[in-house]
Amino acid sequence: MLAARLHTLFDRLGRAFVRGLEEFGFAASLLGEALWWLVLGQRRRQRVRMAPVVAQAMEVGIAALPIVTILAATIGLMLAIQGIYTLRTFGAESRVTLGIALSTVREFSPLITGILVAGRSGSALAARLGTMRINQEIDSLTVMGINPVRFLVVPPLVAMVVMLPLMTLWADLVSLLAAGLYVSAQLQTSLAAYGDELQTVLKLNDVMHGLAKSAIFAVLVTIVGVVNGASVTGGAEGVGRMTTRSVVHAISAIIITDMVFAFMVTR
Amino acid sequence: MTAETNSIEVRNLQTYYGSRHILKNVSLDVRMGEIFVIMGGSGSGKTTLLNHLLGLLRPSSGSIRILGRDVNAVTPLEKQELRTRMGVAFQSGALFSSMSVGDNIALPLREHTQLDETTIGIVTRLKLEVVSLAGFEDLMPSELSGGMIKRAALARAIVMDPRLLFCDEPSAGLDPVVASSIDDLILRLRDAMGMSIVVVTHDLDSTFKIADRICVLDKGEVLALGTVDEIRASTSPRIQNLLNRRTEEAEVDPDAYLRRLMGIRDGDEDEPRGKRL
Repeated sequence: MLAARLHTLFDRLGRAFVRGLEEFGFAASLLGEALWWLVLGQRRRQRVRMAPVVAQAMEVGIAALPIVTILAATIGLMLAIQGIYTLRTFGAESRVTLGIALSTVREFSPLITGILVAGRSGSALAARLGTMRINQEIDSLTVMGINPVRFLVVPPLVAMVVMLPLMTLWADLVSLLAAGLYVSAQLQTSLAAYGDELQTVLKLNDVMHGLAKSAIFAVLVTIVGVVNGASVTGGAEGVGRMTTRSVVHAISAIIITDMVFAFMVTR
Repeated sequence: MTAETNSIEVRNLQTYYGSRHILKNVSLDVRMGEIFVIMGGSGSGKTTLLNHLLGLLRPSSGSIRILGRDVNAVTPLEKQELRTRMGVAFQSGALFSSMSVGDNIALPLREHTQLDETTIGIVTRLKLEVVSLAGFEDLMPSELSGGMIKRAALARAIVMDPRLLFCDEPSAGLDPVVASSIDDLILRLRDAMGMSIVVVTHDLDSTFKIADRICVLDKGEVLALGTVDEIRASTSPRIQNLLNRRTEEAEVDPDAYLRRLMGIRDGDEDEPRGKRL
């Protein structure tokens, strides 16, 4: 009895592992194919057009600016509050700028922007592809001689890789400004002094660390969205399930990659 | 050169989904300029056969030649070129829901030709006239009725003036009058443009109205293949059952019945892989 149960357990584990591996391979080949079309599409008479890329960039980036601004400002305030509270223990409140500056540009801005885009645009991508799949729209593209990867995957991929670092940079600015307003009010210093201190503590390297991560997050969000959307089966319920899954996977991927990247680059 | 007379040649096509044998040694020819109807009940394999003809699935064995080219042996670029010479109207229409009707129809032109926008607009409206949808180009697909979606899908399928047109269940889900008007449209398209048309359907009335030749599929086999009169005159009881809408007596197999009741499955019933993006 126990042996039989163990057998089923291992059977399930093995199958799940193989499925996961297969999905990983699908994601990798999808990314490769997308890059291939981006570079060589012209030669195959399947040019990647500018108009859908711009439309996607508007949708992914510009439309998300208000919420990015609000969240970035909130995170900046939160860091300032917590930073001053922590450093008060040592009576070192005046050194709070260093902590705020580094944690914002290296971690919080790229993370919060990535997670936001995963929730907004990654899920939308998964839902759109999933619906297109169950409506035979993807088959329809294929039989028209239009490669679905070139037509449906490359535009959002390019848009995300361009927009996400830009949004992260914007989040850096907003977040640092919000933190600065709080810090200068609390510690009775001027905003200009805070700005001067920022310039001395922040290195270009730190900003680039955050922006590079956000470009990786952009690829992750797009590919996870596309893989889940393309794997939809079972009608409207399937679309809902895969959309949820794409958000969970994308956010997990972002957080794990963030740690790995920091580990590899920072030591 | 057989390509002169046949637009499609299928030879000994076999397909398995897992261990289920879906298509069993299917061979058929579609001649230039004829309306060829693939008929069969649910689960007869007609959708699978259509997906093979469209190059969406790879057969386990056998060959498919479309317009003289073996679809599973051509280079990607040749396949793309071949696909611009065939049009497909899917059962659900499969119009892109994010684009207007006009943009849907113009898409193949925008992607595959160097025509300027004015010409594309003219061709698009011309095709909409053909399917009696003039003036609807600015509507979104969600604003169309069932019959209009089928018409728009046909307009998109013929926008590149294909040599070969596939229609999947053109009259399914429509009321008899609208269904009949779609049939008239298919006949008119063939007469006006001289294309070969492959229609997949289970609708008997429309089959007899439009078909030049009929292929009856049953459980993955070609049960009969011939002109309308030959099929009508067939003495095969299974064909007569199909024509007279009699339900078939299920074969009695007590062992299989018991196995089903016990929940023992015969084989792995996986869906076909590889048809993702």
